[in-house]
Order: sequence, then C-alpha cells, then structure tokens
Amino acid sequence: MKTIDAQDMHYKDLNEIIKELVKSGEDVINLKNVNGQRYIGDNLNGKTKINIEGTPGNDLAAFMDGLTIEVFGNGQDAIGNTMNDGSIIIHGHVGDVVGYGMRGGTMYIENDAGYRVGIHMKQYKDKIPAIIIGGTPGDFFGEYMAGGCMIVLNLKNKKDIVGEYCGTGMHGGVIYLRGDVEDYKLGKEVIKEDATDDDLKVISKYVKNFSSYFDYDFDKIMNHKFIKLHPAGSRPYEKLYA
Amino acid sequence: MLKEGNIRIPSGCAISGIIDKSGAVFSGQIIADSIATMHDRSNGLGGGFAAYGIYPDFKEHYAFHMFYDDAKAKQDTEDLLKANFVIAYEEKIPTRKTQSIKNAPLIHRYFVLPKLEVLNASEMNDEDFIVKFIFNVNKNIDGAYIFSSGKNMGVFKAVGYPEDVAEFYKLETYNGYMWTAHGRFPTNTPGWWGGAHPFNLLNISVVHNGELSSYDTNRKYLEEFGYSCTLMTDTEVAAYIFDLLLRKHKLPVTLAAKVIASPLWNQVERLSPKERELYYNLKIIYSKALLNGPFSIIVTYDNGFIAINDRIKLRPLTAASQGDMIYVASEESAIRRVCKNPDKVWIPKGGEPVIAEIEQQNISEIYDKKEVTA
Repeated sequence: MKTIDAQDMHYKDLNEIIKELVKSGEDVINLKNVNGQRYIGDNLNGKTKINIEGTPGNDLAAFMDGLTIEVFGNGQDAIGNTMNDGSIIIHGHVGDVVGYGMRGGTMYIENDAGYRVGIHMKQYKDKIPAIIIGGTPGDFFGEYMAGGCMIVLNLKNKKDIVGEYCGTGMHGGVIYLRGDVEDYKLGKEVIKEDATDDDLKVISKYVKNFSSYFDYDFDKIMNHKFIKLHPAGSRPYEKLYA
Repeated sequence: MLKEGNIRIPSGCAISGIIDKSGAVFSGQIIADSIATMHDRSNGLGGGFAAYGIYPDFKEHYAFHMFYDDAKAKQDTEDLLKANFVIAYEEKIPTRKTQSIKNAPLIHRYFVLPKLEVLNASEMNDEDFIVKFIFNVNKNIDGAYIFSSGKNMGVFKAVGYPEDVAEFYKLETYNGYMWTAHGRFPTNTPGWWGGAHPFNLLNISVVHNGELSSYDTNRKYLEEFGYSCTLMTDTEVAAYIFDLLLRKHKLPVTLAAKVIASPLWNQVERLSPKERELYYNLKIIYSKALLNGPFSIIVTYDNGFIAINDRIKLRPLTAASQGDMIYVASEESAIRRVCKNPDKVWIPKGGEPVIAEIEQQNISEIYDKKEVTA
C-alpha cells in the first residue's frame, strides 16, 4: 500500500507516479488531497485499487482496463470515457458525459449524475459495461446506446427519474428504472416494459454491490417496481443510407 | 505561431464566481486561487476578473477602465472625457512586472460624473449618456477601449493566464463582495486584450465559457437599440443583452434567464396555462435575445449574479454554498480550492439559473457598515 499526498501537485506528475506504482503491481494506492487533477487512472491496466480523497478532475479512468477506483467525494465530467474493464465507485454525484462509449467494467454512483450519461455504450460477448446510479441522471441518458446496462435507482424519489431525450437513438443494451417515466422523455426508438424475473436477477446482482458499497438496505431498494427500456430494433437506421 | 482566426482550437475556457451575500468584502486573491485550479482549461490567450465593491472612496462615480494602444488614443479620449465629464480622480492602473504578461497597452482609470450642462443638453439619463459615450469612444477613437464603466466595481483583464493577470493587476490588494473570473481558450476570434473576459457595460459584467452561434442575430437586434459591438468576440452581446433586459426593460433577473435560455417549445407546451402564456410571449418578444449555442455564463449586476447554462447543457457548471458565500465554477475543484467543505454542492440543470444576491436592500449602506466593523 502506498499513500500519495496530491496537494498542489500537477496532474502530469501525479499520474506519472501512479503509472509507475501500477506497473510495479502495487495493490493499493491512497491519494489524499486530490483537487481537480485530470486523467487519473487513464489507460492503465492491472489489479490495483486506487482510493481517492477529494475531487478528482475530468476524464477520470478514461480508457481504463482493469483497476478499481473508489472516490470518497464527488466526481467531475467525463468519467470512464471508453473504459474497457475495471470498477469505479463514487461516494457522491458526478458531472456530465460519464461513461461515454464505455465498453466494459462497472461504475457505481451513489447520488445524481449529469447530462449525457452512457452515451453510446456498447457490448461484445461477455464485455457488458454497467452504470448504476443511486440518484437520477440528466437529459440524453443513454443516447445512441448500443449495448451494456444502466440502472437508475432514484433513491430520493425525485419527480424526474431521468431527464428528456432518454435513449434517443438507442439501438442496443438495456436501461432499468426503479419507477416509471413519462413517454415524452423517451426517444422514439425506445420500448418501455415492466421488468421480468430475469431482468430482476440482473438488477439484483448490481444492487447488491451498490448496497454494500454505499451501505444501503438491499431489500428496501428492491422492494419497488422496476421498468425496463430497450430498443425497438437493433438497426433503426439500416436503410438510412441505402 | 498562427494567430486566432487562422487556426481553430477546440474550446475550453474556465469561469468562476464568488459572492458574500452579507456584503462583506474579501481579497481578490481568493478568486485568483479558484480560477488557477482550472489552469489547463485555458491557453494563456485571455484572463480577467470583475470585482464589485472595490472603490468605496468613489462609489458614486463611474469608474472607467481604459486600454490605449498609444499616447494619441489617450490624448484624443481624454479630450473627449474632459469635455463631457468631471473627473474626480485619474491614474494609471497599478500593475506589477509579470514575466508572462507582455505587450500591455496603456491602462488607465478615471472616476467620473457627467457634466450637468452636457447631460442636460443631451436630454438623456446619465446611464444612457454613459453608454452612448462608451460606444462612441470604442467605435470612433482608434486604439481606445473603455472596458469597464460601472460604479464601485471594475474589470481587470489581459492576454495571459488568469492567475498571471491577477498578479499583474495586484488583485490581492483589492477587496470586493463579489468577484468573477475567466480563463480564456479563444476558438474563433482573436486573443487580444479587449477580447478577454469579463465584458462589461455599466454595472453588468459577463464571463462565458462556450460559443454563441446566435451572435450575429443578437448583434443586429442590439444595434436596433443603439448598442455597437466593437470587441470582436461573441460574449460581448451577452453583456449588452443583460443591460437591455435588466436596466432598460426592467425585467426581473429570473425572467431575463428565461429569455436568454428560453424553454424549448415542447417544454412550453407542457406548462400550466398561465406559465405557457408567459413563456410563449417571452419567446416571441425576445426571440432575437435568445443565446443559442453552448454556454455557461456568470452575469454580475449591481447586487448579485446569475449563473446559467444553455438549455441542453453543453458546458459545465457547479455551484456550492457555505454560510453567506455562494460559489459557482466550471469545475467543483475550483470551488473546493477556496472552500474545502461547502455545506452544499450541486450541479444546476441546463437553463436553470443559480441566482445569488446581497441579502439587504441597499448595498452602499451595508458596505459602509461592513467597512466600520471590519
């Protein structure tokens, strides 16, 4: 275990140290006093766990392949951009464009998420990325979603469980909502249904982790109606350029 | 290096704003520290600050901050100034030698009031008189720019990174109850001194991250009301639109927010009949005052600020509060740098304003009181 005080450190210096530690197979790295340093955990692979105290800067865990990052604070924008594998746990809220083009791994966000979460997520065989949000996301949730799984728990029972333009252009993957959504918020490619028993099995798997990471009562979360959003067809634009 | 206009760089920009709602003043070092956290969002082609409450000794005078390219521009402007204004005090704005701030113009400030006989002859109120004078100088005197013109406030800006601009202008020596800051990453227009943010007219100042694709529509609309856009940057129109809406048309700031970030038609349709009528009419009347394109902006006025995003939130904005302090910034880290543990941190939705105002009615009175107790 290594501890780094990131106070007033430039992101380049900080990330250089992290990179060397991860390369050498360090099991745990604790980062203290992080404030705004960008690109932490980017393009790294391995099994290291990084604990972050403070507010990490934009593009946290972009292109990350493996590793676990736990943030004891809020995240900013563009977390997990095109991430391939690993896990991100955020004890707080996050900004916009989170999980953009994510293709593997999991992200657990305790509170709200910003606009454009999970845009163009995708999946391939066993690589199924997942984003679990304890609060609610903003507009353009799952826009152009091509694969993977997103779950919105809305634990504070806010009026808007998702923003507008949810799933616009969606052509793969699945979104589960713990509660209902008005039709006007959904992209025209999206079908809304009640979650089936098989769906609930998938949801349970992720909610179990969520409950243990953030200390919530699993049964209380699950004791609620879930609905499922999925695309009407897999290739809505196949004739567009025909 | 290619000059702006010949090269296109993807947009960044950083904004930050802080107000003490009690009216108590604090040093410019705090806002400088905040904006410096986001150094990598700008590229050194513009940085600036707006400071409110900094000139208590001349709080009834209009404070003109001037850039002059040369002595002739200064002479021509001063001739015009002296013909129209009583100058209570004038000086070179104090600066310190800073390695990274180069090619500074002549930078002066004047604390002025319109000459009564000239003002009376003009048949205008003093604010309209000032605005007309500013546009006259900026448009017609080559190499002279009035870039700040409010009372008991001032804009300080330059080509450079914002933290260097703060050092250049010795902002740690000023105390204000409200500050905003900008780090610039110019994309489509030149990185020059006049084009740095904030943009100001009377007591209104604007810092902006984004790109106003509606610039030309807005500019033509503003020209109908006598505004001239001379600073070659989109953000200039935002300052004048707020002057038009708040000062001339007396709209409450909450409605001004819904003019520049007007709810989309399909959203208006879902509102209650009363709201629908209001927003329908606002959209029609002020269609050309709509700011289109991606933006997060902080607009400061007499007694507070409004921070707001474009309607589909294509730029970042985070807000926080602790006691009487309200903070807004492009990134949470810029707030935490100067307020480690805020009571509340939130990310406003697109088109939803964060409005923070001095709590008591009369700012100048509070200001005096605070001065005594401080």
